[in-house]
Amino acid sequence: MRWKSDPLLVVEHLTMRFGGLVAVNNLTFEVGRGDITALIGPNGAGKTTVFNCVTGFYKPTEGRLALARTGVADRSRIEALTRSSARSAKQGEDELFLLERMPGHLIAHHAKVARTFQNIRLFQGMTVLENLMVAHHNLLMRASGLTVLGLLGAPHFRATEAWAVERAKYWLDKINLMDRADDPAGELPYGAQRRLEIARAMCADPTLLCLDEPAAGLNPRESLELNTLLNSIRDDHGVSILLIEHDMSVVMQISDHVVVLDYGTKISDGTPVEVRNDPKVIAAYLGVADEEELAHVEAEIHA
Amino acid sequence: MSIAPSDSKGAGGALKEASIAALLTLALCTPVIMFRTESDPNDGTLKLLFRPILVLVFMALAFVGRLAVLAYKAQPAKAKAAPAVGAPSGLRAFFSNVIGPVGLIFLLVYPVALVLWLGPGGSLKWIDSYGIQILIYVMLGWGLNIVVGLAGLLDLGYVAFYAVGAYSYSLLAINFGLSFWICLPIAGILAACWGMILGFPVLRLRGDYLAIVTLAFGEIIRTILVNWTAFSGGTNGIDSIPKITFFGLVFADADNGFDNYFHMDYSPIHGKLYLYYVILALALITNLVTLRLRRLPIGRAWEALREDEIACRSLGINTTNTKLTAFALGAFFAGLAGSFFAVRQGFVSPESFTFNESATILAIVVLGGMGSQIGVALAAVALIGGFEILRELSFVHWLWFDLELIAALVIFMGLGLLTRKLLLSAFVAVAMLVGASLATMYGLKSGLLAESLWGVFRYQLDIDPTQYRGLIFGLGMVVMMIVRPRGFVSTRAPSIFLVRRTAVSGDLVGEGHG
Amino acid sequence: MDNFIQQLINGLTLGSIYGLIAIGYTMVFGIIGMINFAHGDLFMLSEFIALIVLLLLTKTLGFGYLPVALFIVLIAGMSLTSVWNWTIERLAYRPLRGSFRLAPLISAIGMSTFLSNFAQVVQGPRNKPIAPMFAEHLYIKFGTHNIAIQYRQIVIVVVTVVLLGVFWWLVQRTNLGRAQRACEQDRKMAALIGVDVDRTISITFIIGAALAAVAGSMYVLQYGVVNFSDGFLPGVKAFTAAVLGGIGSLPGAVLGGLLIGLIETFWQMIPTEGVPEYKDVAAFSILAIVLIFMPSGILGRPEIEKV
Repeated sequence: MRWKSDPLLVVEHLTMRFGGLVAVNNLTFEVGRGDITALIGPNGAGKTTVFNCVTGFYKPTEGRLALARTGVADRSRIEALTRSSARSAKQGEDELFLLERMPGHLIAHHAKVARTFQNIRLFQGMTVLENLMVAHHNLLMRASGLTVLGLLGAPHFRATEAWAVERAKYWLDKINLMDRADDPAGELPYGAQRRLEIARAMCADPTLLCLDEPAAGLNPRESLELNTLLNSIRDDHGVSILLIEHDMSVVMQISDHVVVLDYGTKISDGTPVEVRNDPKVIAAYLGVADEEELAHVEAEIHA
Repeated sequence: MSIAPSDSKGAGGALKEASIAALLTLALCTPVIMFRTESDPNDGTLKLLFRPILVLVFMALAFVGRLAVLAYKAQPAKAKAAPAVGAPSGLRAFFSNVIGPVGLIFLLVYPVALVLWLGPGGSLKWIDSYGIQILIYVMLGWGLNIVVGLAGLLDLGYVAFYAVGAYSYSLLAINFGLSFWICLPIAGILAACWGMILGFPVLRLRGDYLAIVTLAFGEIIRTILVNWTAFSGGTNGIDSIPKITFFGLVFADADNGFDNYFHMDYSPIHGKLYLYYVILALALITNLVTLRLRRLPIGRAWEALREDEIACRSLGINTTNTKLTAFALGAFFAGLAGSFFAVRQGFVSPESFTFNESATILAIVVLGGMGSQIGVALAAVALIGGFEILRELSFVHWLWFDLELIAALVIFMGLGLLTRKLLLSAFVAVAMLVGASLATMYGLKSGLLAESLWGVFRYQLDIDPTQYRGLIFGLGMVVMMIVRPRGFVSTRAPSIFLVRRTAVSGDLVGEGHG
Repeated sequence: MDNFIQQLINGLTLGSIYGLIAIGYTMVFGIIGMINFAHGDLFMLSEFIALIVLLLLTKTLGFGYLPVALFIVLIAGMSLTSVWNWTIERLAYRPLRGSFRLAPLISAIGMSTFLSNFAQVVQGPRNKPIAPMFAEHLYIKFGTHNIAIQYRQIVIVVVTVVLLGVFWWLVQRTNLGRAQRACEQDRKMAALIGVDVDRTISITFIIGAALAAVAGSMYVLQYGVVNFSDGFLPGVKAFTAAVLGGIGSLPGAVLGGLLIGLIETFWQMIPTEGVPEYKDVAAFSILAIVLIFMPSGILGRPEIEKV
């Protein structure tokens, strides 16, 4: 129950309305530090909307999204920050952010939340390496003295750039794309594009990595590799992961914590074991309980 | 029959389609070509001039043109594919490596070689109209390339910043007596400021809306220049703008003149040469800065923005600022170019900053291949040089719409369809055309051919070819979009590589979202 | 007060013309998401067609009865302009469907340049004036006010209203209208369920052209002078009207057109010296402000960014 004791992200009463449509309704959940948290639910349950609120693409209609990059997201500090009009509060090394007050690029830049997209959004016309270099934008921008020093070819900038290339190479190696570093991203096969998108997000040096259906369209072998990659990201790099996934085998194998949405509301929240035995979850996935199909789905979940 | 299209319509089908095209042309020509409205010299009212031959000429052209298209389509696929694969990649790589340095050397030597070859008087036009004029557009193209080609922001009001630069220099020089070299950076910075002021509210708009708003801004600035007479001189513009100086020396036959100081005889060519090298330097600076920026985070962010704005935001890139820098930098270079334009012309008026100018610059960028520096330069040479060449062709209206032309086309088509040797038929047709033209010209001159008799067979329009500039230009833009929408240089060179630099195919490269 | 009503009528006349052009922009944008940059120049071309047909009828053929002449001018203008727009769509835009996104816009800019230069080359660069028609005034007593309306203004408003009614019926109540709306929503899906997409788009261009031709004829009637450069400004203003009304919305285009016409007319009435000349700046500023602050216009649907 790390998400209760040491939450990285605390989502409270999140509501998102589009005109008359309520996509997310009064949703409250936590993402534990160092956890892989899965957000699941039937199509149209509002999962991607939650992602878009967390990463600042939508401004939530109501609710609070507090993220503690380091340190503890303790309630009194969150309350204090909410009362002030600031976006973030710093206390020594610890920094606390209220994401609903921040535009998307600042969430990525300061709160260090990186994401991938359901329909892959790579820079198709740029090479694989360039994609990873773009992810180092803010770091390199600072090193290049907002371009001026870079234009003059300052040594510090060159060193930083070399470091960024090394890190890009590390991730290329990790996702098995080293030999395609100079190929356009748009020419990669589908599975490689998914991996590259994850690597690109990792190059932005995130604390929280949000993955929108990372296993969609992958074959079983690629799916397995993905599991290894995600575990390594969590264990070797200390990055917490929030993911949306339909593939139950991925969800059940790798997640520490599962949150289930249906029609924008949370219907279940707990460990994978707890969630898969929750009758509400089974009902949501099946609609009306049909004995035969229920058994079928249960078999699939337990597989 | 060999002209049969592959879908078995046969020659009859082809003829039928060509006839339809001719009939359609008849409908299009009625009444705008068939009747020309002319003011009656007596009472000033409009009267109509009936021009049936011209319509027939167009119908024939459409008929032949349609046949040509059908014949081309009916060709076996193999024949068509061959030229596309033609250039081996090694040759192409060599070409792209070599063209930069060779072009640079050519540009450096060009005016001097001309002066040596044609003498100071003869080379003036070639340095001015073909050298300086084209280089201004190369610079403008490179400047706009930052905005459109790299950042993917479609700007239809680019000429506004060009105007800001030109008027900045003119007004600063006239009112405060500042020299060109002091005004140049000021003009650039002022234009960049305008870029930011105009850019800030509009840069979150999506592509085509952005295009229209920038167009509106461009027109607003022009309208203000037209109407605010006290400030800008209105439609009359500003004249007697101070000329360019060389460390305080003017290019004139005077005591403090450049020629006098260096103990040379006065010659206007010195001033022209100086202007040529100034604009060459300015253009090269634009190019160097752009090439350099592409390898820096800001340049990569521009291109990433063009590819996918949403992904950029998810990586922590401040898209507004990134777009603004592109917009401002593009405006900065336009300001420099405008300043140069004013000092070269010695006269500015709103006439020089119409939407057509923006469209021309945009066409240069698009035809060149968005994002490609070499492509943009080539397009500027082709387009602006082409316009200038049109000026040289004042004899052309002899050939326009002559029946000989039609005859030549029919010969070309007929031979081409029969022998399938396009080059040969083209050669025969052109040879016959030239021969016939020369013969008639000789005939008319020597009185062997009566003017009235000849008049029956030809339709001479008394318009000089420069008027066709816009016509050809507009049509060229459409044709280019259909034939080669990615421009001359359709591939993108990556900004960084590990092992090998592979050109990215234009089909993968995005074209901006907003 | 008299002047106010007078200007109101002038504004409505001008606005009707803008509205008619704006429909062409809005319909084409709705169906293929492209700003048909050449539409203003098509309007200019239709002016020439109307002018020449009118001269042909009244001068060459000596046809005396104006209302019938006007009717013939309208029919001829609508059909010939439609042929032009059909051809333009066929040659310059259709091959670009599925090409990269800016290609049609750039092609349209090229087409716009081509059309205005074409008119300049074939008809000459000078203004083409004709004698005023229906210039008599109808005097209306309105309380203490005397209002003079020119007959041609009545003609313009009546023709606009009637033709708008006809086309509105066409788009709303017929199969064609349904096909159009289906293509607006999803072209691929529409094709899958048997809508002839190419034909529908062609017809959209034809309708847009026909209405632009009506506008062209009305313009000749109202202002009595034609020039090859007439396309640009009315084009941009009509586009502004389409955006102001909410692009994609037919009633929006008409409403926007009327508003722009009124704003422009009343702007010219501002008594401060030097201000009336900036009427074009007013129109352009409206375009910029609307696009920036309410891009969905008055009657348009808001757009939600998809991530």
